[in-house]
Amino acid sequence: MKKLLIGTAFAAISTAGSAMADAHSVSACLITKTDTNPFFVKMREGAEAAAAELGMTLRSYAGKIDGDHETQVAAIETCIADGAKGILLTASDTSSITGAVQQARDAGLIVIALDTPLDPASAADATFATDNFLAGELIGKWAAAQLGDDAANARIAMLDLAVSQPTVGVLRDQGFLQGFGIDLADPNVNGDEDDARIVGNDVTAGNEEGGRTAMENLLAVDPTINVVYTINEPAAAGAYEALKSIGRENDVLIVSVDGGCPGIQNIADGVIGATSQQYPLRMASLGIKAIAAFAADGTLPENTTGKDFFDTGVALVTDKPADGVESISVAEGTDLCWG
Amino acid sequence: MSGKADDYEAAITPSASESVATFAERKGALSRVQHALHVNPALVPLFVLVVSISLFGLLLGSKFFSPFALTLILQQVQIVGIVAAAQSLVILTAGIDLSVGAIAVLSSVIMGQFTFRYGMPVEIAIVFGLAFGTAIGAINGWLVAVMKLPPFIVTLGMWQIVLAANFLYSQNATIRSQDIEAEAPLLQFLGTAFKVGAGEDGRGGATFTYGVIAMVLIFGVLAYVLGQTAWGRHIYAVGDDPEAAQLSGVNVKRTLISVYAVTGFICAIAGWALIGRIGSVSPTSGQLLNIESITAVVIGGISLFGGRGSIMGPLFGALIVGVFTLGLRLAGADAQWTYLLIGALIIGAVAVDQWIRKVSA
Repeated sequence: MKKLLIGTAFAAISTAGSAMADAHSVSACLITKTDTNPFFVKMREGAEAAAAELGMTLRSYAGKIDGDHETQVAAIETCIADGAKGILLTASDTSSITGAVQQARDAGLIVIALDTPLDPASAADATFATDNFLAGELIGKWAAAQLGDDAANARIAMLDLAVSQPTVGVLRDQGFLQGFGIDLADPNVNGDEDDARIVGNDVTAGNEEGGRTAMENLLAVDPTINVVYTINEPAAAGAYEALKSIGRENDVLIVSVDGGCPGIQNIADGVIGATSQQYPLRMASLGIKAIAAFAADGTLPENTTGKDFFDTGVALVTDKPADGVESISVAEGTDLCWG
Repeated sequence: MSGKADDYEAAITPSASESVATFAERKGALSRVQHALHVNPALVPLFVLVVSISLFGLLLGSKFFSPFALTLILQQVQIVGIVAAAQSLVILTAGIDLSVGAIAVLSSVIMGQFTFRYGMPVEIAIVFGLAFGTAIGAINGWLVAVMKLPPFIVTLGMWQIVLAANFLYSQNATIRSQDIEAEAPLLQFLGTAFKVGAGEDGRGGATFTYGVIAMVLIFGVLAYVLGQTAWGRHIYAVGDDPEAAQLSGVNVKRTLISVYAVTGFICAIAGWALIGRIGSVSPTSGQLLNIESITAVVIGGISLFGGRGSIMGPLFGALIVGVFTLGLRLAGADAQWTYLLIGALIIGAVAVDQWIRKVSA
């Protein structure tokens, strides 16, 4: 009797198991830097929605803090052991993680870098990301167009990310300068330009506090600054506070990159002039679809023509459109924003 | 008797050579300096501060040596300064608090979220924020004093716990400056600025914020409390030798718990000042406050072994860091040079501390 019972239980479990395996034959992993940053939260939403639509199983992993490399490596190993078909990865340490990524690819998984290219980018099967140089270029062109003839006498503050000059910071900074019409010198390095219109570069760590301090420092160098490039919208909000404290918030043009909801709201309120919006949700949902395609017949995603990655798009958000620069309104930006 | 003394003086005067007199005088001056440093260790950082201000003033002229730039430094160091005041109390008891920055940030998040998420009156939300900081501090103190766990370990753990709680609770969402200004301006109270000697257009001149004044007040109050009250003297006694303090009738446990609680309270004030400074409530700020506050305390000449140091030292320490940061920035130097020089200052400060101790011993 007891034996029979156990046997029945076994049968039930194995049927249930195979039924589950049929419905969710493809499983995928999403590994982000943290699970608290709204950018990654949105990314997970996109991945979950796409996985549900395609009937895939999604497992999400995240580092404890930005820069938590070990947890990401452990997550990759778990995904391999779990028999996942593919991994979407925003790497904290873009060069060190390549070993673990190679392991996954050797085990037959497709690895797609989301948002942050690996170092080298070819370490992943594909990269789905924002074109950060283009993002910078859009706000640069917009700022130059807003100033018109005065662009020749602009006083520009460059509020960058970190002294180590991570790729994303360099691409946005150099893109902005290119768009504004300034000679880049070495396009891989921030701060080596000799154009007299640039007052200086300072670093913000991408947050409000850093943005305020950096802006104060550059204002002490030259109080007549009238164009401010910022790495992201929190830094822009901090810069605005510094300008407000000396009563200059209304005669300075602040531009930024990201497209988070607080940032878009700040455009509506006139804090930021324009921002280049990126799309984490689209990155993740396209990533999941690419894994599904790979699982079905082994096709690998192709790069956007003329770029060495798959461009998930960027749009300039502003309520003051400039001639010759394509943009979307704050209302449209709000519909697409994250965070 | 006086006649005899006169005779004695008369007898030695001709034999005293010039060189002996010089030697005696030099020794006297040096020992006076040593003595002064020993009695008031804040003199070293004060000296470094004055020298660095003069140096940058000479180098950069009016760009740096202006009321605007000099008060800007005060504004830039106010948060680190307030946290350093809190850190000093713990370090005086021979402890260390790694959770200060996390407590400050989560307190500010609580003030903001209680107002905006739960619709609480802003005054009540601020009280909750301050109470939260105090409570976390008291827990630290209890773990150190009663459970006898090392402060480094306790606050290392608390740092992680509070930081994780901060991100989980806030969902990393920023509350925008414009919303706070419209609905709960009291949160930005410590950011209120007033100018002295500004130009017609309201530019230039010295700018002070209530946060800067709060920092100076906190240092003033702590200087009084540490020097003039029993509780203050007990802190030094506990830091110097807890067993001797216990035997002399000091309630060591209660002193330690209260020190950590007051530290948590001051950190929560720093969190409030942080909202004033950056305008918004941002869970990602203040990540390096613990290291920066320890730096200010060490440069300020407070001994990490406890029981020795002046509370004004960390204020000068924080200002030195601020002067170097802005000065080097204005001089156009790479930001890395600031860190390099601060690193040298930290080691220099500890070396001077040891030297003073050796000479006086």
